[in-house]
Amino acid sequence: MIQLELAGENALILYLSAEISAQNLSQLQQLQHQIRSLLDEQLQELLPSYASLLIVLKPQHKGVWAIKTMLEQQLVLSATHSEQQGQLLILPVYYHNAWDLEHVAHKAGLTTDQVIELHQAEEYRVYAIGFAPGFAYLGELDARLATARLKSPRAKVPKGAVAIADRQTAVYPAESPGGWNILGLCPTPLFEPEHAGTAKPLMPFVVGDKVRFQSISKDEFFALGGQLPQELC
Amino acid sequence: MSAFVVLKAGVQATLQDQGRFGVAHLGLTQGGPADYASYRIADLLLQNPNPSCQIEVAVGGFSLLALTDTVFCVTGGAMPLTVNGQPKSLWQTHRIKKDDVLELGFATSGLRCYLAVAGGFKLPKDFGSNSTVLREKIGGIGGAALQPGQFLPAVSVYRPLLWALPEKLWPDYSAPLQLGLLPGYQQHWFDESQWQQLYSTDYQVSALYDRMGYRLQGEPLLYQPRALLSEGICYGAVQLPPDGLPIVLLNDRQTLGGYPKPGVVLARDAAALAQCQQGHPIRFYPVSPEQLEAEQRQKSRYWAELAMEFRSLV
Repeated sequence: MIQLELAGENALILYLSAEISAQNLSQLQQLQHQIRSLLDEQLQELLPSYASLLIVLKPQHKGVWAIKTMLEQQLVLSATHSEQQGQLLILPVYYHNAWDLEHVAHKAGLTTDQVIELHQAEEYRVYAIGFAPGFAYLGELDARLATARLKSPRAKVPKGAVAIADRQTAVYPAESPGGWNILGLCPTPLFEPEHAGTAKPLMPFVVGDKVRFQSISKDEFFALGGQLPQELC
Repeated sequence: MSAFVVLKAGVQATLQDQGRFGVAHLGLTQGGPADYASYRIADLLLQNPNPSCQIEVAVGGFSLLALTDTVFCVTGGAMPLTVNGQPKSLWQTHRIKKDDVLELGFATSGLRCYLAVAGGFKLPKDFGSNSTVLREKIGGIGGAALQPGQFLPAVSVYRPLLWALPEKLWPDYSAPLQLGLLPGYQQHWFDESQWQQLYSTDYQVSALYDRMGYRLQGEPLLYQPRALLSEGICYGAVQLPPDGLPIVLLNDRQTLGGYPKPGVVLARDAAALAQCQQGHPIRFYPVSPEQLEAEQRQKSRYWAELAMEFRSLV
């Protein structure tokens, strides 16, 4: 089922079933191809994420309501999907209770060590890239660890923060505001704009890749180039 | 080529062009002028044929040394402008000579102004744009705000005429701001009484406001939280975290987010919001689908009609 909502003066958002699934990833890829050919020059941005596709139009378009009707009539949702393999990336984490590790453990009725163990146990898939450059949304987190976002986002989340929200996990590639529950820090750089125009990738992963976390000590964290935020030094 | 040198960097001055498009899937935000209207008027006054690279000066305290003769203008927030100490008017183009010093004091009304030059500043682009996004360390010069001593080359063009926006058309940044809201996104998650509350609450700009977004304060709009998968966020989207205080997302917003959104603010109102400071009174009003269509039809004519109102100074 495709549902379209207004997302801006010049934008629509397409929703598939609101769940985290590989089928959604594959259907969104097919829909992107269809939308590109239907809208062609009118299209400014196409931004997939989990079960949605943000469609931003250039200022000169045929009217957002007319385009909504056209897409509702023309888009075809195919049931078939191909399971992508994707590369596996290991991300080291220095788990630390300076932030929300204890809160997550308390909510889940687990010890902090059990939280760390469960967070590492899963092989996650990259479901979306966004929020900030190199920020990959990884799913699915073990249901026992599912924790709501903070009631009010933090003004400052440190670079490399490994965090969870609902059944997602991610690493903040740079310092930014954010509302996820922080479990620790990852020293691996996740967005390197200086690689633009070179053979080196901007990011170590693409949508569809797989990620596993691996606990490291403070010394290993520093050896890998990690830096603690000032408040922990 | 014409050129300038930054003398004083002020509170925060960043290079901005129209913004960075087609790269949201990498997680790169749009950037661009926080007050698009003032930015656009600067280009129209200078007769720049395309959106140019300008300096967005927030709060004020900025100055430049001209290394060549050219034409410039300043639009937007009311910052006292002088050239070699002589007061000059905003919203009009001025000739400037080699060794002239142009200086902007601190805003008495509004928050950001646009310092634009004939032909536009010309610097290398990141991902197709000069727009500076400090959080991403991208655009501008080294992804940072301008610093004293920096050299700013500009395209050299001949502009025989000077133009001014008549004073009756200058925006009033001190008036309470009404934000037109287009229902969208999770609009069906909110019931009639919640919509009524959203449209009847007197909000103010909180202490947390920047180019990324404006967090408002007022009576919290409480609702039953539901999990939402992170999704693409548009310019002007109104995010409502469980604390019930709306955040209007602007140019440097995160590309994806997972807080529910009742809708989006009209682009022109979102641009006006970027001129507000802490405590500024804000209200939302509903915009219907029909009103949006009318708004879009009018928009294509708006800039052409505005340029017809310009007064020639020569």
